Amino acid sequence: MDFLRPASWEEALAAKAEHPAAVPIAGGTDVMVEINFDHRRPEYLMDLGRIGDLEEWEVGEESVRLGASVPYSKIMEHLRAELPGLALASHTVASPQIRNRGGVGGNLGTASPAGDAHPALLAAGAEVEAESVRGTRRIPIDAFYTGVKRNALEPDELIRAVHIKKADGPQQFSKVGTRNAMVIAVCAFGIALHPRTRTVRTGIGSAAPTPVRAQAAEEFLNAALEEGGFWDNGKIITPSVAKRFADLCAGACNPIDDVRGTASYRRHAVGVMARRTLTWTWESYRGARRTTQGAA
Amino acid sequence: MRIDFTVNGRPQEADDVWEGESLLYVLRERLGLPGSKNACEQGECGSCTVRLDGVPVCSCLVAAGQAQGREVVTVEGLADHARQRACSTGARGTSLDEAKAWQPQGADSQTGEGTELSPIQQAFIDAGAVQCGFCTPGLLVAADEMLERNPSPSDADIREALSGNLCRCTGYEKIMDAVRLAAARQSEGV
Amino acid sequence: MPTNGVPTKITQGSGTRGGIGESTLRPDGTLKVTGEFAYSSDMWHEDMLWGQILRSTVAHAEIVSIDTGEALAVPGVYAVMTYDDLPAEVKHYGLEIQDTPVLAHGKVRHHGEPVAVVAADHPETARRAAAKIKVEYRELPVITDEASALAPDAVLVHENRDDHHAGHVPHPNVVHRQPIVRGDVAAARERADVIVEGEYTFGMQDQAFLGPESGLAVPEEDGGVHLYVATQWLHSDLRQIAPVLGLPEDKVRMTLAGVGGAFGGREDLSMQIHACLLALRTGKPVKIVYNRFESFFGHVHRHPAKLFYEHGATADGRLTHVKCRIVLDGGAYASASPAVVGNASSLGVGPYAVDDVDIEAVALYTNNPPCGAMRGFGAVQACFAYEAQMDRLAEKLGMDPVELRRRNAMEQGTLLPTGQAVDSPAPVAELLRRVKAMPMPPERQWESSEGADVRQLPGGLSNTTHGEGVVRGVGYAVGIKNVGFSEGFDDYSTARVRMEVVGGEPVATVHTAMAEVGQGGVTVHAQIARTELGVTQVTIHPADTRVGSAGSTSASRQTYVTGGAVKNACELVRAKVLELGRRRFGSHHPAWATAELLLEGGKVVTDGGEVLADLVDVLGEEAVEVEEEWRHRPTEPFDLRTGQGNGHVQYSFAAHRAVVEVDTELGLVKVIELACAQDVGKALNPLSVAGQIQGGTTQGLGVAVMEEIVVDPKTAKVRNPSFTDYLIPTILDTPTIPLDVLELADDHAPYGLRGIGEAPTLSSTPAVLAAIRDATGLPLTKTPVRPEHLTGTV
Repeated sequence: MDFLRPASWEEALAAKAEHPAAVPIAGGTDVMVEINFDHRRPEYLMDLGRIGDLEEWEVGEESVRLGASVPYSKIMEHLRAELPGLALASHTVASPQIRNRGGVGGNLGTASPAGDAHPALLAAGAEVEAESVRGTRRIPIDAFYTGVKRNALEPDELIRAVHIKKADGPQQFSKVGTRNAMVIAVCAFGIALHPRTRTVRTGIGSAAPTPVRAQAAEEFLNAALEEGGFWDNGKIITPSVAKRFADLCAGACNPIDDVRGTASYRRHAVGVMARRTLTWTWESYRGARRTTQGAA
Repeated sequence: MRIDFTVNGRPQEADDVWEGESLLYVLRERLGLPGSKNACEQGECGSCTVRLDGVPVCSCLVAAGQAQGREVVTVEGLADHARQRACSTGARGTSLDEAKAWQPQGADSQTGEGTELSPIQQAFIDAGAVQCGFCTPGLLVAADEMLERNPSPSDADIREALSGNLCRCTGYEKIMDAVRLAAARQSEGV
Repeated sequence: MPTNGVPTKITQGSGTRGGIGESTLRPDGTLKVTGEFAYSSDMWHEDMLWGQILRSTVAHAEIVSIDTGEALAVPGVYAVMTYDDLPAEVKHYGLEIQDTPVLAHGKVRHHGEPVAVVAADHPETARRAAAKIKVEYRELPVITDEASALAPDAVLVHENRDDHHAGHVPHPNVVHRQPIVRGDVAAARERADVIVEGEYTFGMQDQAFLGPESGLAVPEEDGGVHLYVATQWLHSDLRQIAPVLGLPEDKVRMTLAGVGGAFGGREDLSMQIHACLLALRTGKPVKIVYNRFESFFGHVHRHPAKLFYEHGATADGRLTHVKCRIVLDGGAYASASPAVVGNASSLGVGPYAVDDVDIEAVALYTNNPPCGAMRGFGAVQACFAYEAQMDRLAEKLGMDPVELRRRNAMEQGTLLPTGQAVDSPAPVAELLRRVKAMPMPPERQWESSEGADVRQLPGGLSNTTHGEGVVRGVGYAVGIKNVGFSEGFDDYSTARVRMEVVGGEPVATVHTAMAEVGQGGVTVHAQIARTELGVTQVTIHPADTRVGSAGSTSASRQTYVTGGAVKNACELVRAKVLELGRRRFGSHHPAWATAELLLEGGKVVTDGGEVLADLVDVLGEEAVEVEEEWRHRPTEPFDLRTGQGNGHVQYSFAAHRAVVEVDTELGLVKVIELACAQDVGKALNPLSVAGQIQGGTTQGLGVAVMEEIVVDPKTAKVRNPSFTDYLIPTILDTPTIPLDVLELADDHAPYGLRGIGEAPTLSSTPAVLAAIRDATGLPLTKTPVRPEHLTGTV
C-alpha cells in the first residue's frame, strides 16, 4: 500500500489520473473501517486532507457549493437555513465524532444506499462536481447513483464539491434505525417543498439498491396540490392525499430483507415517514405563509 | 512511511509506519500512549476519541498519514489541556495565578494523590463513573470538549454529545452525574 | 420476616475511615482516568511478535487439508501452527467438559472456529500470512435447533462422548438435561380456575465488553511462560492452559492485566493458549489482540432459548402449578451449558411460591456459536418467560399484575422447586411494593417551548416523530438469581493479607487472584481491610497465580466469597496482631487479657473505646501475614431425575418498573425510565452498588429492544459480527434509573451481604417487554423486540 499526500487539488487529480485505483480518503469514516477489518487493501490510499478548499463552502444566489469534505457538523452548524434537509440528515449521521470528520463527498463516493446525505440531496436537487485532469463536469444527482455502492464517477475522477439548491421552502429528513443514536439507516426519507416551482421532491434511502426519488408520489402530489390550489390557499393537506402520497412513496421502494430490517418493514416505514414529513413541511409552509401574509 | 505530528503539545515522530495503520495504532503501539482505547476500530464506540486539531474524532478512523503535521490531544494530555484552557480563560473571573494554582477539589479520595487531574477526570472518579474504565478515556475527551463549548449543558445536551461513546458497565447514570458535577464545579470556578 | 425495609443492624468496627458501608473511591480510578491503567491490549514488550488466528469460514465441515506453506514463506512470519503442531498429549480444553480443540482437528463445528495461528513481526504481516493458509473444507449439514439436533438421522456434533452427562441425556446432541418435579401437576391443574400457556423466544445476546480479548505471553528462561491476560478466573485458565502446553502448572505464570469488562464472556479461554503456544514456539513474546469482528467469534454468548410455559391459578390469583420446558442452544461446545441448565431449571418458576411444578431444561449441541456464561446465567431467559406468563395470568384473572405477583411472592422459608428452603430474607413483595411506589416520570417530557425535542422521543436524533403515534406503557417484573457456584461445586476463595509498618504507618496488603473486571472488588477489599484491621493505608496487590485461587468473577460471588476470604484472613491477622500485642504490652494493662479488643484508627482499642496501643508499636519491625482459603456453606447436586437438592447457597432479588414510549406506527421504542428496587443485604460500597444495578439494568434493556446476534438458520453463520449491526444501548437509549436499595442481612454471609451484580439484568428485560405490551396491546413473545414485531412487518 502506498500513501499519497497531494498538497493541492491539481496534484490530487494528477495522482488519480496516474493511479485510477487509488482510494481517496478524507474523513476516513468508510475507508478506514474497511482497512481495519481487512476488507480492503487498496494499492494506493490518497489523503485529501491537505486540500483546504475541499472543506469550504460558498453560498450563492441559487445554490450552495459545498466542498466535498465539509464535515457534517459544519453543515449542521452553518447551513441550517440554506440546506435544512441536509442539515437534518447530517444530524442523524453516526456520532458526533464521525460528524466531525465525515462529509458529503465520502457519502457520494461510497454511494451506499444507506448513506444519510442521499435522500436530502435528491429532495433538494443537487449536482455533483466531478473533476479529472480531463476537465470538470456536473453530474445531476438523479443520474449519480448507478447501482449498489456504484456511482457515475469515471475511474480518474474525484468529487470536488456538490452544488445543492438553496431551500425555497421547508425541508425535512427522517431516518429509521433500531437505536436512538449512532445507527445506520434501516431506511430514510427526505422531502423538500419547492414553492417557487410549486413542486415537491423526495428522496428515499436504504430501501432500494440505490438512493431513489419517489417520482410517482411526487407527480401525484404535485398534481393534487395544484388541482386543489393548495399552494395558494394554504389549506391543510387532506388525509387522503397524504395517505396516497405515503403509499406511492412506499411503492417506490425496492427493498431487501437483511439483518437490519425486513423489506416489508422498510416499505411500511418509508410510508409512515413520508406522511409525517409531508405534514411537517406543509404545516411549516402554511405557518410561513400566514406569517408573510400577516406581515403584509 | 514517516509521520511527524504533535501529541499533547510535544513533537512526535513515527518511522516505518505501514500505510494502513490508524492514528490509534500509532499512538498506542508506536508512541507508548495506550490511553486511547481499541474497542471497535470501526467508529462505533468512541473509546479511541482524541482531539485532532481541537476536534473530537475517532482516532481509529484517521489514517496515520493524515495526522502528518497536525495536533493531537489524547487522554494522557487532558489534564494539561484543561490547565492551559483555564489559564487562557482568565476573563471568566479566574486570575492567571489562580488558574495556575488550580487543584482539583472535592476528592474524598484514597486515589489520585499527587496526580493532577482535569475537572472532568476528577468528576468521573468522584461520581463513580468509572467501572472497567475502557470507555473512560474516550468519554473524558468527548465530555471535556463539550464542556468547553457548552459550559452549562442540559441533560439532553449531555446525552447527545456523548451519544458516540458506548459504555457497557455503568448504564450511563454515573457518567451523567460526573458531567453534571464537572459542569457545576466549573461554573463555581472551583 | 423482616419486610418493613428496616436494615438489619450489623455491628462491625466503624471507627476507621474508608471502611465498609462507605462509598470510597476506586483505587484504580486515577490510573483509569489518565489513560495509564494497563489493559491486556496495552501490553507491550521489546521484540514482541503479533499473533493472528485463522478461523473457519463455514459452520460445520470436515477439514480435507490445510496448507501453511505460503504463509510460512511470508517475510516477517515466525511461526504457523495447526492442530498437528500441538506439543502435548492434551489437545482439548473446556470449563467443565474438555470438548474444545485448541485448534480444529479434522472438523470444524461452528463459524469462526480457530483453525491455525500465525506469529509475525507486525499485525498486518500476520493477517496477510493467515490469509495465505489454504484450508479445504467439505461441508456437512448444520444442526441449528432442537428439531435438527434430535432428528432421527441427525449428524452428531460430538461423536463418542464420554463426559459425565453423556450417560443421562436423551440424545448425544443434548449437552445436559435437568428435570425438576415436585408435587403433582396433573392434580393441581384440576384445581386451577384459569390456565395460561405461552411459548417464548430469547435471542442470542453478546456480552459486548469493550476491551477486546487480548494478552501477552512472554517465554521464560526455565522453559515456562508468563501470560498477562484479561480473564475472569486466573486459576481456571491455568488449569486448562498448562496441560495443553505440556507444562506443569508452576511453569505457567499468570498475571491479570487490566480487564475491559467481562459479564461472563471471559469465563472461557480465548487467546490464552494460542499466545502461549506461539511464544514457546518462537521464543519471543507474543501479543494477540482481537478486533471487534473477531471478538464476536472469540467468546461464548448468552444461550438463546425457546421456553414453553403453562401456569395455572385459582380465581383469587394463587398459583396452582407451573409446567415448563426450557430449550437452550449451547452451540458447538459445552462451555458452561450444564450449569446454565441447572440455573434455568431450578429458578424456572421465579421468585414465587408454588408447590406443584414440572420443569425440564435442556441445552443442545448445535453448529451455532458456542454459548455459555453471561450475567444472569440461565435465570435471565427463564425470568423473561415466567414474568410474561404472570402478566398473562393477571390479564386473564382481571387482576393487577403487581397484585398477582404479590399474592404469590416467595418469602423466607418458601421451598424452591428443588425442595430447598430459602433461608434468608426474600423480600419479593416488598421490592414490588417499593418499585411501584416510586414517583412516575412526567408525561410528554419531550414537549418544550421550541417544539418537540426529538432526543427524548422514540427514534431520537433520527427525527422520526414529533409525537405522532407515541403511546406510553408501564410494566413490572421481578426475578430471582442464585449467588455463587451451585450444585455441589467447591466454591472457595483464597486471600493473603499482610500487615506491617511502612513509613511509620501500619499498612495492610491484600493479595488475591480475584479478577477485577470493573465491578469494584478491589475497592471493597480495601474497605474490608480497613474495617477489620483499623488501618487507613491498604495496598491491593496485583492479581496473579502466586496466591491461591479466588474462584471466578461471576455468579455475583466475588464480594461474597473473595470478600469473605479477605475478611477471614484479616480476622486471622488481627488475632495474630493482638497476640503480638499481648506479648509485648499485655502486662501494661489488664484489658489486654480481659476485654474484647478491636483494631481501629491505627490503634488497639477495647470494645469500650479505650486505646491500649498504637499498631505501629505493636507491630514494630514484624510483619504479620496469613494466606487462607475460605468457602461458603456447601451445596449439593440436583437429583438427575427429580431435580431435588439443596443446590443453592444464596439468592438475589430485584424488581423493575419500566416506563416506555412507543412509536406505534414505526415500532420504535424509547425507554423513559427503568426504576429498580433491589435487596443487597448490605451495601459494602453504596456507590458501587448503584453502578452495578444501573449497569445490569441497562444490559437487560439492551436485549429487550436491540441486542441480538443473528445466526443464519440455513448456514449457522453469524450475520452481524460488528458494532455496526450488533447494537448496544447508547446514552440516548438509556433512561434514568432511579434506585431503591434495601438492606436485609443474610446472616449466613459476610456482613450480611448479598451478591448483587446479576439480579438487575433479569427483571429489566421482562419489565420493558411488559411496558411495550402495555403500550401496544401486542402479545410480544420474543426478545429483542424489533420494529417489525410492533408493526406486523416481520
